[in-house]
Amino acid sequence: MATNTAAGSTNLLKLWPWVVVPLVAIVLPFLFDSGHAINLLSHMGVAIIFALSYNMLLGNTGLLSFGHAVYYGLGAYVAMHLLRSINDAGGEGLPIELLPLVGAGAGLFFGIIFGTFSVRRAGVVFAMITLGLGALVHSSSLMFTDFFGGEAGLFGYRDEAPSLFGVDYAPSRNVYFLVVAWAMIAAILIYLLKKTPLGWMANAVRDNPERAQFVGYDPTIVRFIQFALSAMFAGLAGGLFVITDEIVNDEAVNALTSGAVLLGTYIGGIGYFIGPIVGGTLVTFLESSLSAYTEAWVLYFGLMFIAIVMFAPMGLVGIVHTQYLNWKAGGWKGNTGARLYILLTGLVGIFGLVCVIELAYHYFRSWDPSAPFALMGVTVDATNALPWLVSFGIAIIGFGLMLFHGNPMLKRKLGAKSDGGKA
Amino acid sequence: MTTRNALELKGVKKNFGRAEIIRGLNLEVHEHERHVIIGPNGAGKSTMFNLISGRMKVSDGSIKLFGNDIHNLPAHKVNRMGLSRSFQVTNLFQNMTVMENLRCSLLWSEGHKYAFWKSVMGQQAVTDRAYELAERLNLTEQAEIPASLLTYAQQRSLEIGCTVASGAKVILLDEPTAGMSRTEANDVIQLIQRMTGENTLVVVEHDLSVVFELADRISVLVYGEIIATGTPEEIRNNAAVQEAYLGTEVH
Repeated sequence: MATNTAAGSTNLLKLWPWVVVPLVAIVLPFLFDSGHAINLLSHMGVAIIFALSYNMLLGNTGLLSFGHAVYYGLGAYVAMHLLRSINDAGGEGLPIELLPLVGAGAGLFFGIIFGTFSVRRAGVVFAMITLGLGALVHSSSLMFTDFFGGEAGLFGYRDEAPSLFGVDYAPSRNVYFLVVAWAMIAAILIYLLKKTPLGWMANAVRDNPERAQFVGYDPTIVRFIQFALSAMFAGLAGGLFVITDEIVNDEAVNALTSGAVLLGTYIGGIGYFIGPIVGGTLVTFLESSLSAYTEAWVLYFGLMFIAIVMFAPMGLVGIVHTQYLNWKAGGWKGNTGARLYILLTGLVGIFGLVCVIELAYHYFRSWDPSAPFALMGVTVDATNALPWLVSFGIAIIGFGLMLFHGNPMLKRKLGAKSDGGKA
Repeated sequence: MTTRNALELKGVKKNFGRAEIIRGLNLEVHEHERHVIIGPNGAGKSTMFNLISGRMKVSDGSIKLFGNDIHNLPAHKVNRMGLSRSFQVTNLFQNMTVMENLRCSLLWSEGHKYAFWKSVMGQQAVTDRAYELAERLNLTEQAEIPASLLTYAQQRSLEIGCTVASGAKVILLDEPTAGMSRTEANDVIQLIQRMTGENTLVVVEHDLSVVFELADRISVLVYGEIIATGTPEEIRNNAAVQEAYLGTEVH
């Protein structure tokens, strides 16, 4: 859905996101100028490229890959080896700005090799092959320590390499701007790819490979080219990661990385170009920020993914987009209050659920469950019944009002129309 | 008109395990003719189409398209050699609009292949052809509507349009009027006659009134074999056909 719909009207006004987003990206490091924040922003940029490349497979071609980190990680390792050789040569060789191209080349190379036998079939067969390849490469990364550096990984120094523009890349803000530049280039290229015969036929093969055959296209070749190009952009992200982090270890090729890009892309929304951008940003943010507040962040992450898959398969961007269309069509008239009420009660319910989960985590995971701990700014004792009752109470009241009061109210207001509502 | 054969089947056999569905099929379809295949249910009509179009492999025998062997080639190669088909169940890119369906069907025949360095919307020839086709299909008003939201009859005509758009010289239509009212069926027949003037047409059809309206020649397929081929008049008067098909027809 919503893939090829923007019918060629080269309306310049429609290009506003391409101006606004980079401007915001350039301003951000001045607003959040701590080293941690700027590193986080850089990671977001890398994650965006990675997620966009992943959506070339999942969203555009209908290929569910469980091993996309292979191309990201191998791109990163090859780029790291080159960076190290530049370091060893005393800072002579390829300019650091072009290092991601090396990662992209490696991604493309391995994409072509692994693509030849993984894209014959879409669906389950493809998914299983990618899973196997992911496991294969990850276990190789621990076996062949010469190339992969073993568990410790490989180090390199980004500031001991030449720069095209004489920029000093020791400060992380300069690295961030390099990330933004590459992210823009990658996003534009991936966006334009969707407009080409290949991009169109990728959608066609996703929707109906048989019909695609009867208009002359070999679905395997369409998938293969998309796969190789997607691997190339994943490798580009990996090469960029080498510059931001100056270290690569087996984490770059492992299943968690493959899983994270899948979750992020899906949570953002695979049917929209900005879906993976939102998803990649969000997942990176949650990984780094939520984990500072709670041990249970992986659980929240999983719950969010399940909720999206079950209730909003078009992702977060899809929710916003459908509500926006609905609002523009006047579907909110007279029921805006009911919609906000559902949103609010839903948030209250989520708040209660979070309290319950935090209590449970503390109770079952802590050495001393009775030790006081801070729950939403209130110091409570998890062996006491009261915080449990209050938390469950909030959750039940919130979700209860949403499901049994807000939803019927909205349905009544919508009258016969049964569409809309909380997606 | 030449008597060159567009399509030629010789001793084609197809068995699924021990079940022999097609048992030595011989058929010649002349260029530019409208050839209709009739036969009782389970005679193997759809299987025959699947064999010709490359969707299934033949067990034995040969299929020639303009003199070139096409049996056991994958469907996209058969298509590139000049043959396309529609299906019994509508087979479109459901999420795409009418125009997008037509554009996708035109891309290969207009020579764009797997290009990833040019824009589809920038190809004026494709756009012009797509609009022209939409007009001939009477789908201009629905041009920007997703295929899944069209009426059944409109979807069938769009499918015929996509089949023609792919540049095929020989077109196989599998029950193009199945499940349609009389008036809808008439529209589709007119559309087929309009769209396929220059091409060779092979049609599987159940509705005998449609058959006799459309056909230059008719072949009768019974239990995996062609028992008769001829003009509508000859078929009507053929004793074997009357016995095997028309006489015992349950419809």
